[in-house]
Amino acid sequence: MSILITPETRVLVQGITGDFGGRHAKLSLDYGTQVVAGVTPGKGGQFFEHGDRKIPIFNTVAEAAKATGATAAAVFVPPPFAADAILEGVDAKLDLVVAITEGIPIRDMVRVKRAMGGAKTRLVGPNCPGIVTPGTGDKSFGGCRIGIAPGYIHKKGHVGVVSRSGTLTYEAVYQLTVKDIGQSTCVGIGGDPVNGTSHLDVIKLFAADPETWGIIMIGEIGGSAEVEAARWIKANCTKPVAGFIAGATAPAGRRMGHAGAIVGGAEDTAAAKIKVFQECGIEVAVTPSDMADALIRAAQRLGAKLA
Amino acid sequence: MNIHEFQAKALFERFGIAVPRGVPAKSVNEFASAVQTLGDGPSVVKAQIHAGGRGKGTFVDGYKGGVKLTKTPAEAIEVARHMLGNTLVTLQTGPAGRKVNTVYFTEAVSIKKEYYLAVLLDRGSSRPVIIASTEGGVEIEKVAHETPEKIAKVFIDPAVGLQGFQTRQVAFALGLKGEEFKAACKLVEALYKCWWELDCSMVEINPLITTADSRVLALDAKVSFDDNALFRHPEIVALRDLNEEDPKEVEASKFNLSYIALDGNIACLVNGAGLAMSTMDIIKHCGGNPANFLDVGGGASKDQVAAAFKIILTDKNVKGILVNIFGGIMDCNVIATGIVAAVRETALTIPLVVRLEGNNVDAGKNTLAASGLKLTTATSMADAAEKIVKLVS
Repeated sequence: MSILITPETRVLVQGITGDFGGRHAKLSLDYGTQVVAGVTPGKGGQFFEHGDRKIPIFNTVAEAAKATGATAAAVFVPPPFAADAILEGVDAKLDLVVAITEGIPIRDMVRVKRAMGGAKTRLVGPNCPGIVTPGTGDKSFGGCRIGIAPGYIHKKGHVGVVSRSGTLTYEAVYQLTVKDIGQSTCVGIGGDPVNGTSHLDVIKLFAADPETWGIIMIGEIGGSAEVEAARWIKANCTKPVAGFIAGATAPAGRRMGHAGAIVGGAEDTAAAKIKVFQECGIEVAVTPSDMADALIRAAQRLGAKLA
Repeated sequence: MNIHEFQAKALFERFGIAVPRGVPAKSVNEFASAVQTLGDGPSVVKAQIHAGGRGKGTFVDGYKGGVKLTKTPAEAIEVARHMLGNTLVTLQTGPAGRKVNTVYFTEAVSIKKEYYLAVLLDRGSSRPVIIASTEGGVEIEKVAHETPEKIAKVFIDPAVGLQGFQTRQVAFALGLKGEEFKAACKLVEALYKCWWELDCSMVEINPLITTADSRVLALDAKVSFDDNALFRHPEIVALRDLNEEDPKEVEASKFNLSYIALDGNIACLVNGAGLAMSTMDIIKHCGGNPANFLDVGGGASKDQVAAAFKIILTDKNVKGILVNIFGGIMDCNVIATGIVAAVRETALTIPLVVRLEGNNVDAGKNTLAASGLKLTTATSMADAAEKIVKLVS
């Protein structure tokens, strides 16, 4: 198994007629993902074509979900309209909305998060690379890819990866794959200060998933999400966990690319988070090159298998 | 994005937040008429730079204090003359300091007591929070650390906005009564409205003061905005002061590059914010010192790579460059071609280490090898960091 998505998950793409959304819809189709619908208001009735595939486009998410059985959405809508697009997916009672869009105003996300209280939909992102559940084919094809991550670097297996950062996730996945250690699901939760799914949410899913045997948690400076997840792991998770925190050299008060990556106080520095990781029994990757090795050390310590 | 105190106070007045009367002036010629509007009494002269700690700062010529109380208009003009065009160094500016291009004159008010008041985002709850304290005019981080019971937090439900009972909670927490209580309630309401409507990331008043005649005033004002929301506030974008920003960072933003100058000598060029941060970390781990944070983004083009090289090289401290690209979707060969072009165009003479991984990486490596350029390739981040540190030392 996997978490959040499986190769059978039926996916719709909001913003499929844009350059960005279209390009990645094609890559997901190539990967074997069940991309069953596109949504662009005003273009309902048209088709999104890729090779000999013709994906129907709908005016609304509700119509698309009803007609195609899609349960998950990828949002590639530009920032001014992204909050609206997310809430449309929530209103259509999708199981999962993955918001890739970077640069959504924080106030919009504050309202979205409040409006989602009690809803059945899970939001992942925004400003995230998305989710990959690798498949059994060559280069992990045949899997489900929602978002912008490179599918081909994955390998089907039993390690869960959760991260705020895109390329740093790819780095970790690549290190695992090169060592012949596969992944159950890799989740990018995004670099914004207000997001739908936290480190802890994903960790809980990994802890409960029998097919996930080990976890890599990648965090960065700013906020306290990694610390909360680490404390929960100490109390509840018996699987090997490795952790890395980016931004040890970042100066205080400066936004390091991600809107959320800014050191506000003594609590959200890399050093403070690493200290909590260590206290909670998480094997800390000393450098970003050490992420897969750190997980191997954690597994050896517990006598656990990773592959 | 940050703005100056005088700009923040103008916004405050628009929202009905009481501030001491004040006038900014950008030249000596403007001083006399500016001071005149305040009348004959004592006034405060404040150097306008974005960094905090101005009062305790020192100018590079030895003149002390970026905030000064003066007794007469003549004295105020004299003080302002010292500040204008001078460079102020505070705890927050770094040793280079910031040039003062505007001076702000305000009426001097008699302070009864100082308080602290701010609105910002609480990340834990994803809600706005109002922070209030009876301990104003001092560092709030220190208060939070030493006497956390003196800090009140009121969380706002974004669905209904700030409620009357909450503004009263804040005013009661400040221990105010009578006219001052009423004035504080009105001010808190206006401050929250300002934060919400202008997409601020933070509004901070430190100190908020009560006066002998029971007024409640924002003596200082610090306002910063959510960069993601600037597209809907052109009037705020117009307040941006490029003099307060590193010219390299301004140039980078024109090419959609995220660049932050640091004080080391190894420049880095990376795709992705998390990878860029951790590239800096691994350089430090190997005994080097990063000269910058530079994220070329997920879909960097040849032109962006060229622009990034030029920006990196305007930093005279740079003794070597580390390029770390994990081309998940982007084509490594496009990046390699961009690197080769940039190296030729800038006639690069300092060491360059390139670590490429991902999509079409073999073609990228061939392009680098076939270029005949003197550069070092690396197989992993650790390998790359070790190599560049060795090359610059």
